[in-house]
Amino acid sequence: MSIRKIKDTFMRHTIFGIAAFNIIIVFSIFFFVFTNGIKFFSEGSIVDFFLGKTWIPLSDLYGFLPLLAGSFWVSVVALGISVPLSLFAAVYISEYAGKRTREIFKVLIETMAALPSVVLGYIGLYVFSGIIKDMFGLNSGLTALNGGVLLALMAIPTMVSIADDAIMALDSSYKEASLAMGANKLETIVKVLLPAAFPGIFAGIMLGFGRIIGETMTVLMVTGNAPILNSGPLTAVRTLTATIAAEMGEVTIGDKHYYSLFAIGIVLFAISFLTNTVADYFIHKSRKNAG
Amino acid sequence: MSILKGRGKNIIEATIKVMGVVSILPVLGIFAYIIYKGVPAISWTFLSEGPKSGMREGGIFPVIVGSLLLTIGTIIASVPFGILTGVYLVEYSKDNWLRRMINLTIVNLAGIPSIVYGLFGMAFFVIAMGLGRSLIAGCLTLGIMSLPVIITATRESLLAIPKSLREASLAIGATQWETTWKIVLPAATPGILTGIILSVSRAAGETAPIMFTAAAFYLPFLPESISDQVMALPYHLYVISTQVPNMPGSNMMGTLFVLVSITVGFNLLGAFVRNKFRKYS
Repeated sequence: MSIRKIKDTFMRHTIFGIAAFNIIIVFSIFFFVFTNGIKFFSEGSIVDFFLGKTWIPLSDLYGFLPLLAGSFWVSVVALGISVPLSLFAAVYISEYAGKRTREIFKVLIETMAALPSVVLGYIGLYVFSGIIKDMFGLNSGLTALNGGVLLALMAIPTMVSIADDAIMALDSSYKEASLAMGANKLETIVKVLLPAAFPGIFAGIMLGFGRIIGETMTVLMVTGNAPILNSGPLTAVRTLTATIAAEMGEVTIGDKHYYSLFAIGIVLFAISFLTNTVADYFIHKSRKNAG
Repeated sequence: MSILKGRGKNIIEATIKVMGVVSILPVLGIFAYIIYKGVPAISWTFLSEGPKSGMREGGIFPVIVGSLLLTIGTIIASVPFGILTGVYLVEYSKDNWLRRMINLTIVNLAGIPSIVYGLFGMAFFVIAMGLGRSLIAGCLTLGIMSLPVIITATRESLLAIPKSLREASLAIGATQWETTWKIVLPAATPGILTGIILSVSRAAGETAPIMFTAAAFYLPFLPESISDQVMALPYHLYVISTQVPNMPGSNMMGTLFVLVSITVGFNLLGAFVRNKFRKYS
């Protein structure tokens, strides 16, 4: 056998081995997060975790609801701002903006996505918190609202690019048929293009939500770090992700508190798995709609 | 009369245009703020000296070096591995279980929150493998996080290469690996490169995956081996803006400016490579 053939066979096996190793990586991520998280439930009750109303690890209270409330309020604010803005922006750049404006917009929106979360956290801490404090007459601007506004900025790039792709991917016959029937441009957008692009737009919203719920550093820095169940947009909160980041530094490895953070990791895992599966389903659906 | 006609139409269309512009105003404002406050904070001393007096004075040289080492290590850990996985998906596999599994896992890996990668890195690399908090543990954690982007970029660029190119090469007697290495991969380089640049931009800006696996709070000297801890720009910015009292603003803005220049710079480079490639295809 020639050396070329040997090399070819060798690379074939190497490439197969590397591809199979990906599966091992994914399983080990699952395995290590789950086994560590499960150890928490073997020490504490699963009901106390999921229905517990207080999170004070020092007093052995691991109730997860206050953290969920924190993630909930931050997400509500972030989605409330980012979904409508992204829809308008996507319609604007795909249908109204000129070619040049469109290019500039796309670059700016991508650049927005490149801002590290710790940078937005800094802006929230030193700029936005003061504005929010004065605007609502609060003692501190470090609230769920502050985190939500910043996370909206992070979700907008994802939502706009995917919605724009979905609208642009539609066959031009949709638009032409509608305009030929005498509908004006706006009627065409609202009644023809947006419904046809809906699966793609919805997938973008889901992926944006994935970013919002998984974001850590920004919310750690700007939401005031208070795991309180009775919270709202204008109170300090603590999200699921921020709890892991804030407490991992102070735990003893191998104790109950350490494992409780992995239990939160399991919940985050489950949420991101669900969000991605739904988004993936709608992305495939939107490819079928596209011309 | 419908709200989508006449006056209603004018109002809604004006709203679309205004909101479209509003959606990018915050990013313009943030950049203006970063440049206005950040540029004056940059000096040669700031870039070339180590931190002094509890990080309140001096520069961020070890921090920049740490981030650079983390980024290079991440590239080494993820790029060859990611490209070869992409090659497997497009060039070497039939529609078998392994291909379907990998495609499914990429979608889900891409959505896992970065803090969960941090948890995994801590449990696996730092504790189970005994690497401790170290440069190598951080690079491996960031490397795994970067894989989905690199694999997807490789897969999409390879899929865009016409079949005739491969057939011509195989027809003159080249082996499959020779075809892949000398014909297909070079043709797909711009797309793959864009993916690598974008994932590097993300890895350089991430804090959550390195805060338990690699990053040091304060380490005035440079790391000597891959099992040392390092300082890193994003974690350093987090530390000095939340954990150190009476931190001078110029120091924080300088760090922030350097960090943003790197991540946004890489991102613009990625956009440039992609646009250049688009013109030729």
